[in-house]
Amino acid sequence: MSETTLNDDQDLSGLPLVDNPVMPYLRQERIPHIWCPGCGIGTTVNCFTRALEEAALDLDKVAIVSGIGCTGRVAGYLNLDSFHTTHGRAIPFATGLKLANPDLNVVVYSGDGDLFAIGGNHFMHAARRNMDLLVVCVNNFTYGMTGGQVAPTTPIGATQTTMPFGNFENPASLPFLADAAGATFVARWTVFHVRQLTRCFKEALGKKGFRFIEIMAPCPTLFLRRNRLGDGVDMVRQYKERSVLRNGADTKEVAVGMEGDIVVGTFVDRERPTWLEAMNSHFSSVLGDRYRTYGG
Amino acid sequence: MSDATPVRKAKGTVFVQPEVCKGCSYCIEFCPTDCLEFSREFNAKGYHFPVLGRPEDCTGCGLCGLYCPDFAIFGMRFKDIEAAKAASLASHPTR
Amino acid sequence: MTADPKGVLTGVHFLDGDHAACEGALAAGCRFVSGYPITPSTEVVERFAQRIPMVGGVFIQMEDELAASITMLGAVWGGKKVMTVTSGPGLSLMMEHLGLAYITEAPCVFIDVQRGGPSTGLPTLPAQADMMQVKWGSHGDYEIIALVPDSPQECFDLTIKAFNLAEQWRVPVFLMMDEVVGHMTERVVIPEASAIEITERRWTKKAPGEYRPFDACADGVPAMAKAGDGHRIHVTGLTHDERGWPALTPKSQDKLIRRLTNKIRDNADALADIREDQCEGADVIVVSYGITSRVASSAVLQARAQGLKVGHARLVVAWPFPTTRIAYLATQCRAMVVPELNLGQMVHEVSRAVAGKVPVRLVDHAGGTVHDPKVILDCILGAAR
Ligand code: SF4
Ligand code: SF4
Repeated sequence: MSETTLNDDQDLSGLPLVDNPVMPYLRQERIPHIWCPGCGIGTTVNCFTRALEEAALDLDKVAIVSGIGCTGRVAGYLNLDSFHTTHGRAIPFATGLKLANPDLNVVVYSGDGDLFAIGGNHFMHAARRNMDLLVVCVNNFTYGMTGGQVAPTTPIGATQTTMPFGNFENPASLPFLADAAGATFVARWTVFHVRQLTRCFKEALGKKGFRFIEIMAPCPTLFLRRNRLGDGVDMVRQYKERSVLRNGADTKEVAVGMEGDIVVGTFVDRERPTWLEAMNSHFSSVLGDRYRTYGG
Repeated sequence: MSDATPVRKAKGTVFVQPEVCKGCSYCIEFCPTDCLEFSREFNAKGYHFPVLGRPEDCTGCGLCGLYCPDFAIFGMRFKDIEAAKAASLASHPTR
Repeated sequence: MTADPKGVLTGVHFLDGDHAACEGALAAGCRFVSGYPITPSTEVVERFAQRIPMVGGVFIQMEDELAASITMLGAVWGGKKVMTVTSGPGLSLMMEHLGLAYITEAPCVFIDVQRGGPSTGLPTLPAQADMMQVKWGSHGDYEIIALVPDSPQECFDLTIKAFNLAEQWRVPVFLMMDEVVGHMTERVVIPEASAIEITERRWTKKAPGEYRPFDACADGVPAMAKAGDGHRIHVTGLTHDERGWPALTPKSQDKLIRRLTNKIRDNADALADIREDQCEGADVIVVSYGITSRVASSAVLQARAQGLKVGHARLVVAWPFPTTRIAYLATQCRAMVVPELNLGQMVHEVSRAVAGKVPVRLVDHAGGTVHDPKVILDCILGAAR
């Protein structure tokens, strides 16, 4: 913070006395980040770090795992134990991390292509098992890092480099998938909803089980520009206009297209034993004293 | 007339790091009191950055900081600024 | 230090190689296995699933081998000693995470029970045709350690050694079994826990803030920390600097990749383990490994009975390849014979080491069963002429 509009907020060493509240949560030497102007990923990071602050968690016990892609870079910027893994495999990595050290609060933070195309199989099974993970998907409808190819979320009609005549594939509705696979908490917000998203992060961080948050975020460079949808701010304005709050909505009815409503809110909130709880209680009941209860 | 229009007083302010701003205009667009505007000058990357055009309207709500994808701006209430300064000096006595 | 008695099934047992390898892992302190069923390796994870609830740890059957091989790596950073187990088709899927394990220096053990390939090949029948895949199958330059047992007892012993080497060098270590060794049942002696040497993880003693996760000690190996210790480590599959941060330049690539490969290359002679039998003064030396060694032994004995001077060098450590020793042996004999259950893999390494000093004859086999000892004998007789 070498230049602020109020120069009396620096001390003689030039250090700021008042700092951006996101800064303590970032590896500051790694900032500025690589994301494009108007990319929504940075906005989600603000909300996530604010939620960490409000949830007052022991940050030494919060670990973040990302896959590959633009959102995959989040892990590297956060000042937490952080793991930048292989494409699509953040969830199984996080599974091993959590099971090896159940004291950790493990968050998977990745993109739609990473989590739902190459990693779709793992998403389904981790949700089915109720692995104790918070999975955050920044959904920008595209593969950003590789230059704007069609993603499993790209709406029908949108043009991408590998769908040069417009997408004709049916996209996945992520909350519906998460719900069907057994996630205990399913929510969707957009980067317009910064306050709601922050609250949602905080709530989800405090819960157990396989929790899923989808965040709609603009990719101005590769999705919006190619589809003549304007800048990031135009898309966020669209989120504002098109979003409809419907907590508890039937996830069958929350699919997103190029037009029409964007249903937001918390769709699923239920309790099921986590994989580890199920393992411990099952083995205790069938093996009795012979079982060494596992706690890490 | 003057008694019908109460004098507005800023409750907070913003801190901007012009050099890391990428000009996306999120902060300006989504400020609830519409008190930010683009600078006339450019930063080194060639972007206009936000300035507090109507400082009297700033409530210090912090929304601009939540929106900014580049961590280039944040807002704070005056009372929180004072508390933050005191905390910062207390935690860094060598400063 | 010595083994935790909780995992050690001391006694004399009658076990096949798969079960013995599982006991080796438990004795070595392995408390986390993520696997995926595949013939002929499945018995290893089946036994682990049966045993681990009473030992204290986790077994999880994942949805595929990609998941199995990276779940294991997550558990490394959670602080566990870990293993995964597979065979050919699964090994092909694990190649990406072999690379991740290598570049992030995650100590881990892969067991590969080899079967006939390519593709689905011969699921229930043996081969030794993955020997090059483990060394070259993941992209980029890398080095691994691969141990090759020829009996259930060695499956036990070498699995412990595999874990110890993984901790010492922070590299993925392979146990290269084959279907016959995996399913052959023999006497296996499991010693007292106090007689089993265990290499502990090299935890950093530095305080958070001072510790740099990829800053190597004098032997080229960095000390480790796990998630939750307060170090706020960053681990990435990207080329990285000592802090673990991405450093995508030719210079940082050169520094990192050379350090990683040199950990193994510079210590290849110390890592070598060749069991030599009458190699000094031999006219012909048979170089073999794994199940083929047992077949070759029979051929060697028959050749000696005919009055020939035949030595037998059995590779217990196949990777890093013991180039120095094989090159030396080439100066002591007139020919070398390399039988293997593939159409020529490790023979290329032997030839490279021998560097034309003596002829090297391959006794190949496409897999599905073991060699007929007579074929190896004929090759020895031919080489001796
Ligand atoms: S702090 Fe609030 S009122 Fe002030 S500029 Fe930012 S968004 Fe506007
Ligand atoms: S939101 Fe940030 S990057 Fe965008 S214009 Fe405002 S200060 Fe600049």
